[in-house]
Amino acid sequence: MTVFIVITVVFLLMRLLPFEGYFAESYDKLTPEQREAILRSIGVLDPWHVQLMRFYKDLLRGDLGTSIVYRPKVPIRDIIAVKIPYSLAFGLAAIVISLATGLVMGVWQARDKGRFWDKTWTGYIVFINAVPAAVYLLFIQIYVTQIARLPMLFDRDKPISWILPAISMSLGGIAGYAMWMRRYMVDELNKDYIRLARAKGMSSTAIMVKHVMRNAFVPMAQYLPTSVLLTISGSIYIESLYSIPGMGGLLVDAIQRQDNPLVQALVLIFSTLGIFGLFLGDVLMAIFDPRIKLEKQGGSR
Amino acid sequence: MAEERVTGEGSAVPAARAAPAAQDEMLFTFAQYDEQAAERTGYSDYSYWGSTLRVFLKNKVAVALLVIIVTLLAFTVIQPILPGQKSPTRIYTDPGTGIQLRNQTPNREYWFGTNSIGQDLWSRIWSGTRTSLLIGIFVGIWEVFFGIAVGALWGYVRQLDLAITEIYNIINNIPTTILLMLLTYIMRPSFQTMVIAMCATGWLGMARFVRNQIIIIRDREYNLASRCLGTPTARIIMKNLLPYLVSVIVLRMALAIPGTIGWEVFLTYIGLGLPLHIPSLGNLVNEGRQAMMSPSLRYQLIFPAAVLSVITISFYVMGNAFSDAADPRNHF
Repeated sequence: MTVFIVITVVFLLMRLLPFEGYFAESYDKLTPEQREAILRSIGVLDPWHVQLMRFYKDLLRGDLGTSIVYRPKVPIRDIIAVKIPYSLAFGLAAIVISLATGLVMGVWQARDKGRFWDKTWTGYIVFINAVPAAVYLLFIQIYVTQIARLPMLFDRDKPISWILPAISMSLGGIAGYAMWMRRYMVDELNKDYIRLARAKGMSSTAIMVKHVMRNAFVPMAQYLPTSVLLTISGSIYIESLYSIPGMGGLLVDAIQRQDNPLVQALVLIFSTLGIFGLFLGDVLMAIFDPRIKLEKQGGSR
Repeated sequence: MAEERVTGEGSAVPAARAAPAAQDEMLFTFAQYDEQAAERTGYSDYSYWGSTLRVFLKNKVAVALLVIIVTLLAFTVIQPILPGQKSPTRIYTDPGTGIQLRNQTPNREYWFGTNSIGQDLWSRIWSGTRTSLLIGIFVGIWEVFFGIAVGALWGYVRQLDLAITEIYNIINNIPTTILLMLLTYIMRPSFQTMVIAMCATGWLGMARFVRNQIIIIRDREYNLASRCLGTPTARIIMKNLLPYLVSVIVLRMALAIPGTIGWEVFLTYIGLGLPLHIPSLGNLVNEGRQAMMSPSLRYQLIFPAAVLSVITISFYVMGNAFSDAADPRNHF
């Protein structure tokens, strides 16, 4: 239901786009009559509900329309089919790296609370959160490639050029997971059930794994599906900085060249994925934590 | 401590009397009613803002950053009226030859050098900081007012709950990146476009937070009592509920500035930012990015990036420190 409303809203918003986006390079050369004829032939001048119906019919057949400027007359499905694997590969790599590093870092911080490493990593988290991603990514690209002698641009056949994009993509995630894990640990370690476990003589590794981690996973389960699904949308900065032929760069390209059907299709895909991710997250959370129920419960708040 | 003992012994006396005779009577004495001690328990010199300030001042890093940011802000405001400043948009030419002074590395005349068409980078950076901060302030104010208004109604007025929840879900389900891109794509690039687009997305988080808090405290006894006494809804919201949220409101205000600067850099990066003739931090970083391939021109990226990072980090840390300080739970 929400998906339906969102798609409709986005579709209607797209109707407000400037008409130039429906012409390739030829906008200035055409007379107003010719322009109108073209617009009529793609059907943008019809009343909006007619367009909406047609759009849904096409969508049900799996047809997302055809690109106009980016690669003229090529179905959008074909364009994105080539690009998704790249974004997916990098996105998943980044999630794995950031989960592994971030959680370890968070635990480390909580154990070292108030001392040197805690402060160092907090500094890192503050930096990543406060400074716009474009800025630090640029500097990483310039200086790390120079120092570590890594290639500056992505090359499919050279595995070494995969390293830096994947790492820089995970920086934000690392900060996020670490911050969250640290706060969670600090709160949780003072709770009674942990004290009881410790009083029983359980080793602190066992406490970590069996109690804290398992509880910590529940809120995380809510966001994990969204982030996995949205890896398809790619990372706009990374992909354009390292010129990786993925989805993130595609949206930017489409916007800069004002290719309306392509923008529309991409926006629809990404927002739909986002909604499904949230839904999956709720389901997953309910699976992991039996106390959470999905049905709305009666009673007064 | 002293007062507590007085009352404590007072109540202990009957129990001691009831105890078996083996009890040593000398251990217990009757407490006299001491007016001064009673007075002392009733009086507290606690003042909310006083304690907030005290806790904040204890955080050395935050205070240092506060000093930096105040200096920086003061400087950005007075910079144009200082003597000997150059225009941020004028293209400077060599007086002898009439050639544009392109890509001058930092020197005594142009402190931060000039850019690829001969504009003075120093004054462009301060002018850009003004623009970006202005956007941040507008968005922050809007976020606080609109976010609180919606959040308060959403949480307090049950009839509106369903409708606002549905609207929230719809807007929140579209990724912010995409929503911002769409809005700026539909409207033409300009200062207003930026502000409107960011205002359209910024209030969501605030509204949701305020709503959740209000739902938690709305039915506490003191609010129930107020309602029974016939206090108007607006007054309950203003006097009973919102003071709880001061720390968060301050935090969101402070974070709005690094947030908007980040979004602005992002939008500029993908080509939907402010028009090029308005200097802003986003535009400057983007210009710098185009020049970064040759190592000698990297100052064009480094200077704006450094100023930008100082601003965003200071606001971020300060906002967090202040919101910690404004939370009454941290006052003792």
